[in-house]
Amino acid sequence: MPFSSRMNKGINMSEQILEIKDLHVVYNTDEGTVYAINGMDLSVEKGQVLGLVGETGAGKTTMALSVLRLLPDRIGEIKSGSIRLEDTDIIRAPEAEMKKIRGNKISMIFQDPMTSLNPIMTVGEQIAEVLEIHNRDMTKQQIEERVDEMLTLVGISPERKTDYPHQFSGGMKQRVVIAIALACTPDLLIADEPTTALDVTIQDQVLQMMRGLKEKFNTAMILITHDLGVVANNCDSVAIMYAGEVIEYGTVEDIFEGEERHPYTAGLFGSIPDLTKKERRLHPIDGLMPDPSNLPEGCAFHERCPKCMDICRTTKPEAMQFGTHMIRCHCCAPGIDGRETA
Amino acid sequence: MEQEARRKYKKKSKLKSVWIRFRRNKRALVGMVVLLMLILIAVFANFIVDYDVAISQVMKDRLQTPSAAHWFGTDHLGRDMFARIIYGTRTSLFVGILTIAVAVTFGTIIGAIAGYYGGAVDNILMRFVDVLMAIPSMLLAISVVAALGTGLVNIVIAMSVSQIPRFARIVRASIMSIKGQEFIEAAKAYGASDLRIISKYIIPNALGPIIVQATLTMGTMILTVSSLSFVGLGIQPPSPEWGTMLAEGKDQMRYFPHLVTIPGLAIIVAVLSLNMVGDGLRDALDPRLKN
Amino acid sequence: MIKFIIKRLLMLIPVLLGISFIIFAIMSLTPGDPVRMKLGDGATEEEITAMRDEMGLNDPFLVQYVRYVKNALHGDFGKSYRNNVDVFGELMARFPNTLRLAVFGILISVLIGIPVGVISAVKQYSAADNIITILALLMTSLPSFWLGLMMILLFANKLHLLPATGVDTWKHFIMPSIAVAATTLATLIRMTRSTMLDVIRQDYVRTAKAKGASDRAIVFRHELRNALLPVITVIGVNFGSLLGGAMIAETVFAIPGLGSLMVASVRAKDTPMVMASVLFVAVAVGVINLIVDILYAYVDPRIKSQYGAHKASGRDRK
Repeated sequence: MPFSSRMNKGINMSEQILEIKDLHVVYNTDEGTVYAINGMDLSVEKGQVLGLVGETGAGKTTMALSVLRLLPDRIGEIKSGSIRLEDTDIIRAPEAEMKKIRGNKISMIFQDPMTSLNPIMTVGEQIAEVLEIHNRDMTKQQIEERVDEMLTLVGISPERKTDYPHQFSGGMKQRVVIAIALACTPDLLIADEPTTALDVTIQDQVLQMMRGLKEKFNTAMILITHDLGVVANNCDSVAIMYAGEVIEYGTVEDIFEGEERHPYTAGLFGSIPDLTKKERRLHPIDGLMPDPSNLPEGCAFHERCPKCMDICRTTKPEAMQFGTHMIRCHCCAPGIDGRETA
Repeated sequence: MEQEARRKYKKKSKLKSVWIRFRRNKRALVGMVVLLMLILIAVFANFIVDYDVAISQVMKDRLQTPSAAHWFGTDHLGRDMFARIIYGTRTSLFVGILTIAVAVTFGTIIGAIAGYYGGAVDNILMRFVDVLMAIPSMLLAISVVAALGTGLVNIVIAMSVSQIPRFARIVRASIMSIKGQEFIEAAKAYGASDLRIISKYIIPNALGPIIVQATLTMGTMILTVSSLSFVGLGIQPPSPEWGTMLAEGKDQMRYFPHLVTIPGLAIIVAVLSLNMVGDGLRDALDPRLKN
Repeated sequence: MIKFIIKRLLMLIPVLLGISFIIFAIMSLTPGDPVRMKLGDGATEEEITAMRDEMGLNDPFLVQYVRYVKNALHGDFGKSYRNNVDVFGELMARFPNTLRLAVFGILISVLIGIPVGVISAVKQYSAADNIITILALLMTSLPSFWLGLMMILLFANKLHLLPATGVDTWKHFIMPSIAVAATTLATLIRMTRSTMLDVIRQDYVRTAKAKGASDRAIVFRHELRNALLPVITVIGVNFGSLLGGAMIAETVFAIPGLGSLMVASVRAKDTPMVMASVLFVAVAVGVINLIVDILYAYVDPRIKSQYGAHKASGRDRK
C-alpha cells in the first residue's frame, strides 16, 4: 500500500464544501477548562455524506456547533484553527454573515426532536420562519406553497401545518425538523444523531427519507451517529473521533475493510468487522474516555489501548496516510512492531 | 494513579460540591457573613448592651438624634435606640426561626403523609392546604392574633399556619417525584416500615428545596412580624421589636426621621441577608439555573 | 371551555365553605366578647345577656354557622357589630379603592417588571444585570409600609409634592401604588429573569438560532412568548394578594379600602365584617385565578387542547 506522509486534503480542493483544520475548542466552566476539541482536521466534499462516529463526549456535537458558531455564549470558545465553508472563514466572519449562513447554507438537525420545536408556534409557522429569514423577496403565497411542498416531501400532509408540535409523534416531529433544515436547500446539512431519540422502526424511515432528499438537493451531509450500521448504509466516508480528535478517517471501505486499523476503531467493532453482518452496536471498550478537563499526555487513548507502547505515553501520534485512509496511531508508523501485520 | 484520581473527582460528595458552588457566589457569601453577625448579635445581645438600657425610659433624654452617647439616638420615651435595635435583632430572628420550625414540621408531616399514601388521604389533606392557601396570609395571621391574643407564642402560631401549605407542597411534590423509583421499591421489598422509608429516603430527598424555602420564608416572616407589630397586633411594647419601633416612631418621623429610618434599615439588612443566602443556596443546589 | 369555567366555579364552593368555616371558628370560639365591645364598659349584665340573645350568640356554634351560611346565600351578610352598618354595602363602598390600588400596583409591576426582567436575562452577567438583580433583591427585602413611610417623609413632608393620606385625587394613589407594587415588581423581575434564562437554554431556541433568526426574533418570538407562561401565573397570584393583602399599606396611607377595614374589624372582633370581607377577597382571588387559567390556555396551545380537545386538534378543521 502506498505510504504518503500526512495530509489527507489536497485531493480536489475545489470540490470541498467544508474544511476544518487544527481546530481547538474549549469550554470555560465553573469547574475548570474542558478541552472539547483538540486539533481536529476534517473535510467534507460537495454532495458527500460523512459519518462522524465516537462515544459521548468525543466532541462531535461541539464540532457541529463550532461550524455554525453556536457554541454556548461566554462558555464555549474556539481557541485556534480554521473552519472554512467554501470561501468563507467561519471563525472570523461577522455575526451578520453567520446569520445568513445558518439555515441557508448550513443547516443543522439536532438530537432530540421532542424539544427542538417551539411548543407555542404551529409547525407551518416554524417552517415558514426559516424561509422568511433567507428569502426576503418571496411573497406570503410563495412561502405558504413552499411550506406545503416541504411538508409533503417529508411525508406529512400539508393540512397539518396549523397543528402544534405536541400534536405530533416523535418521528413526525423529526420530519418537521428535517423540513425546516432543508427548506432553503442548504449546501451542508449537519445531522446530530437524528434518529437516536426515535423508535427503531421509525429510524430507518427517517434515514431513508433523508438520503432521498440529500440526493434531490445535492446537499453534503455530516451524519453524527453512534450506530455503525447507519454509517455502513448511508455514508461515503467516515471519521472516527476520540477525545476531540479525528483518529481515523477514510472511505467506508477503508474503515470497515481496511487492513490498517486504529486500536480504538478495532475496539468499536469489537471484533474483525464484517460488512455483511451489519454491526449494530458499539461494543464497550474497557475504561472511560479521559476526563476532557484533564487529558493525559501522549496519545489520548493510551490508557485504554490494548496495544499501548512506551512512546504512546509520551508522544502524540502523527497522522499516517494510506491512500484515502488516515490513521493517527504509533502502531501504524513505519518500523514499529505493530506494522508487521500490514 | 490517574484513574484513581479521576474516580475521586467523580465521587466528590454532593454536599461538598454545593458548598463549592455556594462559595463562588459573592452575593451569597456576603449574605452569609451578615447573617452570621446578626445571629451573634442576637445570641450575645446581653454582652453588647444591658437589656435595661433598651427599656428604661429617661425622659430628659427624649428624642435625641444620633450622638456619641446614643449611637442611634433615643425615642419619644428617651430609650436608647441602639439597645432597642440590638434586642430587636434577637426578637426578629427568634420569632423567624420558631415560625419556620413550626411551619416546616407540620408542613413536612402533612406533605409526607399526603404524598406517601396518596388517594383519598392525599385528596383531603391537599384540599385543606388549598383552603389555607386561598386565605391571604396576612389576613390569616391577623385573625389568629386577634382571636388568640398577642403573645409571642400566638404570633408564632399565627404566622406559621399560613406557611404550612408551602412546605407541605414542596415535600409532597418531592415525594411524588421519587415515589416510584427503584430504591424505594427495594426498601419496601425488604420490609422497611413506612415511617422508616419516609424518614430515611424521602425526607432527605426533599431537604434541599426545604432549606431554600425555609431561608427565603424566614425573610418574609421577619417582614410579617414587623408588619403585625406595626399595626399593633405583633410584639407588644415595651419589648423592643423593629416593627413596634416603627409604629411608635411614625408620629414624630417628620421632625425625627431617625425614629423610622434606623429600624427600617435593620429590617432590610436582616431580610436581605436571608434572601441572599436563600438565593445562593438555591443556585448552588440546582446549578442548572446558573451559567 | 364553558364547561371548564363552570367546573372551576363549582370548585370554588367547597373552598369558600372551608374558608368561612375556619374564620368563623376562629372568630367565635376564642375569647373576646363583641357584645361587651359594642355596649361599652358601662353596660349591665342584663343588657349584655339580652343583646347576646338578640344576636343569637347564645346558640351553639354550629347553629350559628349554618344560620350565617343560610343568610349569606340570600345575600344577607348581616350588620357590623361595631357600628351597625350594612356589611355588604360597606364592602361595596370600600372595594373600589382597593381595586384601584391593586390595578395601579399590578400595572406598574407588569409594565416595568417584564421588560426589566427580559433585559436582565438577555444581558446576563452584564453590569445592567447585576444592578437589576441587586435592586430587585433589595425591593423584595423591604417592608412595603416602611417604603410608604419613607415616601411620605420625602414627597409629602419634605418636598410637599404629594398628599400623604386620603383618596380624593389620583395624586393620592401614586405613593400607595408604588408602595404596594414594590414587592410585586421585584417578584416579577426575578421571575421573568429566571424563566427567560430557563427558556434561553431550550433546544427550540437553538433551533431558531440555527435557522439564522435575528436576535430580536429570537427574544420576542421564541423566548419571551414561552417565558410569559409562568409569569402570567405570578401576575395573577400577586393581583390576588394585592386585593387581599394591601392591609398594611392601606393603614399607612389611611385609605378606606378592604384591607384597612379588615384590620380594624379583626381588632374589634366584628365577625360579620371580617367574614364578609374574607369571603369577598376569596371570591375575587378565585375569579382572578380562573381568568389566569383561561388566559394561559389562550397563550399555550398544549393547555388549550387539554381543555377543549375537540376544538384544538385541528384535524377535523377545514
